[in-house]
Amino acid sequence: MKKRFTPLQLLVHLAGWIPLAVLLFDLLTDSLTANPIQAIEQRAGYTALVFLALSLACTPLAFLGWKELTQRRKALGNYGFLYAALHVTVFIAVDYGFNLEAILRDVGTKQYILIGATAFLLLIPLAVTSFNYWMKRLGKNWKRLHRLVYLIAPLVVLHFFMARKGNLLNLTGDVFQPLLFAVIIGALLLLRLGPVKSALTRLRTRLLPPV
Amino acid sequence: MDSPFKSVPVKSSEITPKHVYLSRRDFIKAAGVIAGSMALAACLPSQEGAPQAPETDSAADPAIAEKTDELGDPVNSFKDITNYNNYYEFTTDKQGVAKLSQNFKTSPWDVEVGGLVKNPAKFGVEDLIKKYQPEERIYRLRCVEAWSMVIPWVGFPLSKLLNEVEPTSDAKYVSFETIFAPDDMPGQKEPWYPWPYREGLRLDEAMHDLTILATGLYGGELPPQSGGGIRLVVPWKYGFKSIKAIVKIELTAEEPVSLWKAIQPSEYGFYANVNPNVDHPRWSQATERRIGEIARRPTLTFNGYAEQVAGLYEGMDLKINY
Repeated sequence: MKKRFTPLQLLVHLAGWIPLAVLLFDLLTDSLTANPIQAIEQRAGYTALVFLALSLACTPLAFLGWKELTQRRKALGNYGFLYAALHVTVFIAVDYGFNLEAILRDVGTKQYILIGATAFLLLIPLAVTSFNYWMKRLGKNWKRLHRLVYLIAPLVVLHFFMARKGNLLNLTGDVFQPLLFAVIIGALLLLRLGPVKSALTRLRTRLLPPV
Repeated sequence: MDSPFKSVPVKSSEITPKHVYLSRRDFIKAAGVIAGSMALAACLPSQEGAPQAPETDSAADPAIAEKTDELGDPVNSFKDITNYNNYYEFTTDKQGVAKLSQNFKTSPWDVEVGGLVKNPAKFGVEDLIKKYQPEERIYRLRCVEAWSMVIPWVGFPLSKLLNEVEPTSDAKYVSFETIFAPDDMPGQKEPWYPWPYREGLRLDEAMHDLTILATGLYGGELPPQSGGGIRLVVPWKYGFKSIKAIVKIELTAEEPVSLWKAIQPSEYGFYANVNPNVDHPRWSQATERRIGEIARRPTLTFNGYAEQVAGLYEGMDLKINY
């Protein structure tokens, strides 16, 4: 017999498909600016980044007591991949119309595209091995492989930073949003470090009754 | 000079002077107000909240949509031109500028011209329009973000204004400044930018006949989101050089520092000439998307105006002077 969906599970799946539905609606109602191709790329990329941050938030939050999140993490990560794939597909197929020469030239000369492309390539094995079959088959190595996300997330934030008109070094220009994601993702990664984690454990045992 | 960038010539006698059609518009508006208040007096409450289309929703002269630039490419729609704007003084959301700027007051508008000139003065845009008789100029606009449009501006050569104030022999550059009005321009409250917006040209670039001050669009007024009261248009340079809502023009001996150059000098050079052979570190400049088209098209050197302007840069290495 199949398990019933938990409310959180339902919420995750709704949140996963709603951005795509809204995007399609906006596309059909001509609400994607005068430059819809770029608008789709930007929105898909942004949504991917949001899901990446959400999937990274699961472990620290579960650690603080919300255990069910560890079971929702994978779905959030997969939705992140879905939107990243949409972002890349539109870039290759629509924006550049499969013009391989132009794509390679830009990947080679534009750092932010190179960084984004690297992040996406690293994301592919994680998406492919997200099935239970691979989880069992890879055993301990599955977890090791999926730690790649600690590298992917900063790459994606950097890609986002560099796609905006601003200066990373003196923090001027259109930097607020990328900075916000840098802080959030940076914090989520810091929370995983050994010393931070043990400090949190001490705090938790002091504040909460032992679980 | 018989220049190819001009659209189909219209005899100046055939053009309705701006103050005439403006007063005609005021008359229609006043008539609307009177009719509206009569309707209110007749107790029709439903009229009260009836949405009134802002003036900027449709082109003053829709027939212009049929025109093309000198290369045969059609002008972009009024809707696209006025709803896809890079205007960080309002918002970084290109689609959001139109709404946020709809109450921005563009008339009356004054421009102060000073610095190294013999006759510094303050000019009202209305007076400039009467004096210089703006004409239609259909120009390509190429954004550094690799999209482009064809825009039917209404404007007059900047040289006319500069000749009137008479630059001194020390004047080498022209610097421009956008209005600083954070209460009306919410983006100017953002601390990340060294407001107000500034731009600059070399004096010979500023005196070139292609360089205009635009006071109108699509045969009508210049809407706030497009840079009204008055803006610069330099069609062979990336769009960010064509500064909007200008309140100050100054002749200087030193090269002015533009806002984007102050933020990121390695990416936004002083010259910023459209050049597919000089690569921007961030955006590919080899191709562009014309708004309204799907496939990218190759970017033209000097945005297709090489014949007219290449001479300005003879002997200069454009890879260094980007």
